[in-house]
Amino acid sequence: MAKVFASIGEWVSERAPGLAPVYRKHMTEYYAPKNFNLWYYFGSLAMLVLVNQIVTGIFLTMNYNPSAAGAFDSVQYIMRDVEWGWLIRYMHSTGASLFFVVVFLHMFRGIMYGSYKKPRELVWLLGMLIFLVLMAEAFMGYVLPWGNMSFWGAKVIVSLFGTIPVIGGHLVEWIMGDFLPADATLNRFFALHVIALPIVLLLLVVLHLAALHEVGSNNPDGVDVKHGPRGNRWSASAPVDGIPFHPYYTVKDLFGVGFFLIVAAFIIFFAPTFGGWFLEHDNSIAANNLVTPAEIKPVWYFTPFYAIVRMIPSFAGTAVWGVLAMFGAIAVLFLLPWLDRGQVKSIRYRGTGYKVALGLFVVAFFGLGAVGAGITAEVIPAWFGNVDLTVWENAFGRTMTLIYFGFFAFLWAYTYFGWEKTKPVPDRVTMHD
Amino acid sequence: MANEVVDHGRRRFLTTATAVVGGVGIVSAAVPFIKSWEPSARAKAAGAPVTQSLKKIESGQQLIVGWRSLPVFIVNRTPEQLAALPKQDPRLVDPKSDGTSAAQQPKYAQNETRSIKPEWLVMVGICTHLGCVPNYVGEMKPEPFDPNWQGGYYCPCHHSRYDMAGRVYQGVPAPKNMEIPPYHFIDDTTVQIGVGPEGAA
Amino acid sequence: MTKPTLLMKPRLLVKQLLPAVALTLGLLLAGQPAARAEGDGQLMASGSNVRDQASLQRGAKLFFNYCVGCHSLKYMRYSRIADDLGLTEQQVMQNLNFTGAKFDDPVISHMPADDAGTWFGKAPPDLSLEVSAKGADWVYTYLNTFYLDPKSPIGWNNTTLPNAAMPFPLWELQGQQAAVTKPGSDEVEKLELAHPGKLTPAQYQQASRDLVNFLEYVSEPAALQRHHYGVWVLLFLALFTLLAYFLKKEYWKDVH
Repeated sequence: MAKVFASIGEWVSERAPGLAPVYRKHMTEYYAPKNFNLWYYFGSLAMLVLVNQIVTGIFLTMNYNPSAAGAFDSVQYIMRDVEWGWLIRYMHSTGASLFFVVVFLHMFRGIMYGSYKKPRELVWLLGMLIFLVLMAEAFMGYVLPWGNMSFWGAKVIVSLFGTIPVIGGHLVEWIMGDFLPADATLNRFFALHVIALPIVLLLLVVLHLAALHEVGSNNPDGVDVKHGPRGNRWSASAPVDGIPFHPYYTVKDLFGVGFFLIVAAFIIFFAPTFGGWFLEHDNSIAANNLVTPAEIKPVWYFTPFYAIVRMIPSFAGTAVWGVLAMFGAIAVLFLLPWLDRGQVKSIRYRGTGYKVALGLFVVAFFGLGAVGAGITAEVIPAWFGNVDLTVWENAFGRTMTLIYFGFFAFLWAYTYFGWEKTKPVPDRVTMHD
Repeated sequence: MANEVVDHGRRRFLTTATAVVGGVGIVSAAVPFIKSWEPSARAKAAGAPVTQSLKKIESGQQLIVGWRSLPVFIVNRTPEQLAALPKQDPRLVDPKSDGTSAAQQPKYAQNETRSIKPEWLVMVGICTHLGCVPNYVGEMKPEPFDPNWQGGYYCPCHHSRYDMAGRVYQGVPAPKNMEIPPYHFIDDTTVQIGVGPEGAA
Repeated sequence: MTKPTLLMKPRLLVKQLLPAVALTLGLLLAGQPAARAEGDGQLMASGSNVRDQASLQRGAKLFFNYCVGCHSLKYMRYSRIADDLGLTEQQVMQNLNFTGAKFDDPVISHMPADDAGTWFGKAPPDLSLEVSAKGADWVYTYLNTFYLDPKSPIGWNNTTLPNAAMPFPLWELQGQQAAVTKPGSDEVEKLELAHPGKLTPAQYQQASRDLVNFLEYVSEPAALQRHHYGVWVLLFLALFTLLAYFLKKEYWKDVH
């Protein structure tokens, strides 16, 4: 069997000699640091989920009807009449939520270990672009079932653009192609979601990986393996602490895939709505422009950003500040490589202040999520009785917003003014298993 | 300390085992996707058997019934029409429906009248040439396309002709006798199209 | 060499438990009920279980005897009900099909929508996804909290959905409840059985549970299959992951 593959390989190599070196450069002779831990599974998992979304998405498109009149019914048709349609649909909806779980954890790894720092700023920027495109892709995908939450979610998010002074009103009509989310809106979101954005996403992922391979992977110690000693058991010139990506990390990622699929399968087969967090109850009602759901809230992965919009008050006659703050919350992540003036990459060797600040940032992210998801609106009266909900929720949410942005401000000052007391970074990577 | 002695046998075994199990997984995962192309419940419902009462079809009359988006002719053939059938044999391409038209009818309709009961013709009304719906010309009188017309079907598109059992005449574009669908009699006055007498479709 | 445990490394403790905490939070929150009743906000537990086929059959019978006069299940085919509930075509067509539909047709009520709008003020909604939208507990509570209300145009009211436009079709079974108001106000404190029905309260609760069970099944017929396949998929994945683990361990002997 191996001989057959080998002879095919030779045949191809004679005709496309550049291929084999490319394979070696990116797989068997891509030397990655040997100390990757749990946090390093999420990149390959993100690719797995992307493939899942594309394959299941293609098959959903075969039976989905992208018209306002037929969309909702076509989803039920898929769930009930199409053989195995229910499974394809649940794989797609679960995949969408798991995509964000994986991507958030993947980004958090980058923050913790300073993977955004020189020379990997480009990798980080491309990743942030992927994140932006992914959010747009997910938003549009959520509109497609044309349930009541699809409709009202679309209405609310698109109307955020209406807060832009002067052009806002026209911009909203232009985005929707109508005076409210309608057939025109659904059709264009369908085209963008199914074709345009996936192509952009694939391109960005290729660039993201290419940029990474140009400079090599970071690691949990933030040790620069390329500037350290050379020579390992596979190559005399490779970094001493590097190991070939294939087979060591392919085999390790394969295990990660297995474990991840168990979690995904559990959700798909036993809890596909995840208590209403992955597939919302209000979306079981067809879109109705006359009846708003009791609580309009975005899908869970948008809740922290949505909370920021709600927490910033309007003034000077416009609500655009909340929208600016929301985009600012994402923009500030783009700026991370330049805000962080510290020389030490990994949290393992950074000052205590940084660890505390990052911990608070995580708390703020979850806290904002709780506000955006309507959890604080339930919990505050339940725990504190008959208090003024708006005042208390604003107090909490605004504090969380301040902490969120405060992390970046603090990080800049902390590193710019040299207040950070780092620990000495080792010369060689450390193994922790 | 890095392992210096590599157990290749164990590696080959584990790699093969994982590859095989993984391969089984991928193939199994592909099954639902491939099966999703099967006709859906909606398609099958639209193709469900059709029940039709024969009470109101008078002798010599034809009723057209829809089944799986096809027109199905139900004709209450007159004794004269039935008597004329054997006399058409020399003019037909496949009078016994056992030659080129062998696959055009179920076994129980491979007879002189191409039907279960002699007087009731149940037939898919699609010309075997290029798919038009032929006209029912039941009266046995001379026609411009045949001075010796004994009743049957005349297709307006390219002038193919069939007799009162749907058998194609020689010298016309159509190659085969018209198709007989699976059907059976629920009782003497009710027919169900789509299911044969033994429940076979 | 002893491996450092989680307890000895607080940094690891925090960072590896973080995803676990997030997941736990998610699962805890997953227990949130879909909808709240207006009024006192407490829902009765439906105890629904779509895997109880006998209950589904009883629920189907109740639905077709008491509900299909007004309510459709437009996404549900009679043939699917037969398949999933272990009924023959004949059983379904004789005992459940009162709408004259074909076996493969969806369940459509013959209540004309326009007239219903005029008679009740609102067309009776299709119930295919009602349990998905409101939750089994809400529907169960709704079916148990109808009461006689002389002030209402249809003579009925409901504490779970005040001023619902729906008359109570199951009064023969449950009996008729009356509201006990709080002294000096119109607010309903509790409901009492004023006239008993054919079933005891415990029997009616079971009957309404059966009906909710059936509607939960209608909301998602795939639930019956996904439980079945899920077990096998998880077992298979466990095997695969185990093999992958050993494979990883074997190759990683080269490292360290």
